[in-house]
Amino acid sequence: MSAFDCVIVGGGIVGAALADVLSAEGVSVALVEARSIGTGTTACGMGHLVAMDDNAAELALTAWSVALWRELADGLPRTVEYDACGTLWLAADDEEMAAVSAKVANYRAAGVRAEVLDSAALYEAEPALAPGLVGALRVPEDAVLYPPVAARTFALRAQARGARLMTGCQVRELRPGGVMLANGELLTARHVVLAAGVASPLLCPGLPISPRKGHLLITRRGAPVVHHQLVELGYLKSAHGTDGASVAFNAQPRVTGQLLLGSSRQPGDGTREVDAKLLERMLKRAALFLPGLDGLQALRVWTGLRPATPDGLPLLGPHPEKPWLWLACGHEGLGITTATGSARLVADQLLGRASVIDARPYSPARFLSASGHEVAHA
Amino acid sequence: MREVCDLVVVGAGPGGLAAACRAAEAGLDVLVLDAQPEPGGQVWRGEARQGSNRLARRWLTRFSASGARFRPGARVIAAPEPGVLLVEEGPSSFAVRYGRAVLATGARERFLPFPGWTLPGVLGVSGLQVLVKDGLPIRGKRVVLAGTGPLLLAAAATIHSHGGEVLYIAEQASAASHWGFALQLWRQPAKLLQGALMSAKLVSVPTSTDAWVTAAEGERRLEAVRLSVRGREEHLHCDYLGAAYGLVPNLEVARLLSCETSAGAVVVDDRLETRVPKVHAVGELLGIGGVDQALVTGELAGLVAAEQPVPLELERSWHRVRTFAAQLARHDAPRAELLRLATPDTLLCRCEDVPMSALEGCQNLREARLYARLGMGACQGRTCGTAAQTLFGWTGEDVRPPCLPARIGSLRIPSDVSSTPTRES
Ligand SMILES: Cc1cc2nc3c(=O)[nH]c(=O)nc-3n(C[C@H](O)[C@H](O)[C@H](O)COP(=O)(O)OP(=O)(O)OC[C@H]3O[C@@H](n4cnc5c(N)ncnc54)[C@H](O)[C@@H]3O)c2cc1C
Ligand SMILES: Cc1cc2nc3c(=O)[nH]c(=O)nc-3n(C[C@H](O)[C@H](O)[C@H](O)COP(=O)(O)OP(=O)(O)OC[C@H]3O[C@@H](n4cnc5c(N)ncnc54)[C@H](O)[C@@H]3O)c2cc1C
Repeated sequence: MSAFDCVIVGGGIVGAALADVLSAEGVSVALVEARSIGTGTTACGMGHLVAMDDNAAELALTAWSVALWRELADGLPRTVEYDACGTLWLAADDEEMAAVSAKVANYRAAGVRAEVLDSAALYEAEPALAPGLVGALRVPEDAVLYPPVAARTFALRAQARGARLMTGCQVRELRPGGVMLANGELLTARHVVLAAGVASPLLCPGLPISPRKGHLLITRRGAPVVHHQLVELGYLKSAHGTDGASVAFNAQPRVTGQLLLGSSRQPGDGTREVDAKLLERMLKRAALFLPGLDGLQALRVWTGLRPATPDGLPLLGPHPEKPWLWLACGHEGLGITTATGSARLVADQLLGRASVIDARPYSPARFLSASGHEVAHA
Repeated sequence: MREVCDLVVVGAGPGGLAAACRAAEAGLDVLVLDAQPEPGGQVWRGEARQGSNRLARRWLTRFSASGARFRPGARVIAAPEPGVLLVEEGPSSFAVRYGRAVLATGARERFLPFPGWTLPGVLGVSGLQVLVKDGLPIRGKRVVLAGTGPLLLAAAATIHSHGGEVLYIAEQASAASHWGFALQLWRQPAKLLQGALMSAKLVSVPTSTDAWVTAAEGERRLEAVRLSVRGREEHLHCDYLGAAYGLVPNLEVARLLSCETSAGAVVVDDRLETRVPKVHAVGELLGIGGVDQALVTGELAGLVAAEQPVPLELERSWHRVRTFAAQLARHDAPRAELLRLATPDTLLCRCEDVPMSALEGCQNLREARLYARLGMGACQGRTCGTAAQTLFGWTGEDVRPPCLPARIGSLRIPSDVSSTPTRES
């Protein structure tokens, strides 16, 4: 007899959301976290819940996940700071504006509300923006929240249903029938779920996950400067492509009256230090969009490591060679958003049920052959 | 804009001034930065304008003649790369490229929460003293002071000499510890003199060891305080309360530079060099030791930076001041009762309005920060982080840039910082 039906390794937003869903289904769960719940990459992220349409699989997962968050929102404590402020994708020129029409069609096909703002409507919505923008795409049902408290809320809800919360407890090894803790103790379980974010390959060598470092800056409290999460459409150009460091304008109003500013991407960089030159690039970019920015008071700059996969989609589902091991990792820059959908997809597979969306695009088998070796990805 | 120098000194208190004098006199190009408008640091605040303190006058005069450059109102906010500091000065900012650095950022008061500690009229002990020196009208006002160590008496003396009525001085240390410490002052001639002068002026003020504030009371501002005095309760009506429990070093700049710290102080070798090569730390950063320690360690670091021989006498003084610092640390350590005064609705973090009850379930400073917003505000945990470490034994969090709130524009490091100093050190 195993002590648990399922042990989840990693108490970030992904592991915590899964513990919430599984415990609600009556599954006995242990959530094992090396440090504290929601204090890894989850504490470094921006908390933008955003439908993204780079490809059909990304859109399906993000659109569904944002909708799941919306259903949860009323039951979340105030401290989660859920705020349905919507997203404005900013078009700097006619070429970007042309892309807006295509995006609208994509979103609408996926059931996501989206509307085009011309220049006048944009400046009415966001007067602080620099002149010269030609318009924007508004996705009104996108939202923002405060990730570490969201993760903690999930974990505490699971605990209230009888799940065992083990913090300050590092897992040393995954094995059939359970996990071995750093203190030598064995925790037995029928299923093991790996949700250790950027650390996942340490416990399961060969996983195609690498860190992609990002910088954020938060200002002091004050009058809100912007009212939507603002993202430049050029972000799509700069955020992708795996080589070289890039920056993009990304600004978020917090319910505290603070402004959270991003962002940067450094593929393969696993360090924690603030890179002053990249920060300067990021802030310079942001100042192009928000001319008053330089005068705002910065409180703190920090970095976080996104767990990136080669195709930008997470690994959700059974390990092809280890039937007892399930993967819920590799969420790159969208793990706060997709935590809700990911938890449902993994729980459904674990319980042998069909999901609302097709689970195959996220299957770990696309990278890991049954022989356990990494498959070359096209 | 940029600055290049052989030696940058951060902080123009006695520690920084002594280091700057010694190094500049030996020929180094020295740049001194301080957030305040004048040199002098905490203890010699205002002495540059209207000084009565002979020691301060001597060092400030020596500093003016030393050739060191001084930039007032210059706040060090970030360390973007080794050998470079980013400085905010009024509406602009500049980068400093240095060969060596002496960190002399001093200390701040340790606040511990008790019911009413956030009422207007409640201040730190030295904080109140500084306000009085800076012109707070105190004549005829009734003041209670509660805290620990020699700074209590220094504050009382200042308030008294400005016409304030000091009603009570509550020293938290036990009688045995306090008098043991006072006797040690015999070995510290400068301090003895200071202490004697102070107490002479204050003979009439009721003072007690084993005494502390349990609550501050008032509607909109402070009206009265409750004290625990050797087990008895006292209730006093007053206009101001100065309450703080010793000092803690300002480690932010040192930690920004990745200097190792241990037990709340910067780790240095016998050349006062931190674990980061070419970066020295002096004064209160080494553990609270007051003016004498600041001067001695400052001189030492200045000489070392300029590659000058260190006189034996200075070495000896250093050992003496270290002994004093260790005694002070024992004396000032807050007693257990002080850690239990706050009630569930007492605020711990006043920037973000975090009451004690919000910390329920938090196991460490990072959880308190992330789940309850402790230290997330403008002061970045300078006050509440120290209190939480004292109350719960939690260790500190990483320092992230900027180490003081700064304009976003100031963080945009100018790209014209040359990579070699113009002068060789
Ligand atoms: C700068 C930045 C901005 C971002 N902005 C957004 C955004 O706006 N919207 C969005 O949706 N996403 C955003 N993200 C991405 C998002 O933060 C991540 O995708 C998400 O947090 C990943 O969650 P996770 O649970 O997989 O990982 P983590 O939060 O890192 O959780 C993994 C946990 O596993 C634990 N662990 C590791 N090893 C072990 C072990 N051996 N034993 C036990 N526990 C272990 C770790 O301590 C950690 O707590 C951003 C990321 C960054 C860096
Ligand atoms: C409020 C207060 C009042 C005090 N009053 C007395 C007293 O009356 N008598 C007494 O004997 N002792 C007093 N002390 C104790 C005092 O710490 C020492 O006596 C002595 O001043 C220590 O010298 P120092 O050079 O180490 O630091 P300090 O004198 O504290 O000097 C440090 C300097 O560094 C500057 N600084 C710090 N961070 C930065 C930054 N990021 N950028 C730029 N500049 C920075 C500060 O502005 C300050 O001027 C007081 C302490 C405090 C906190």
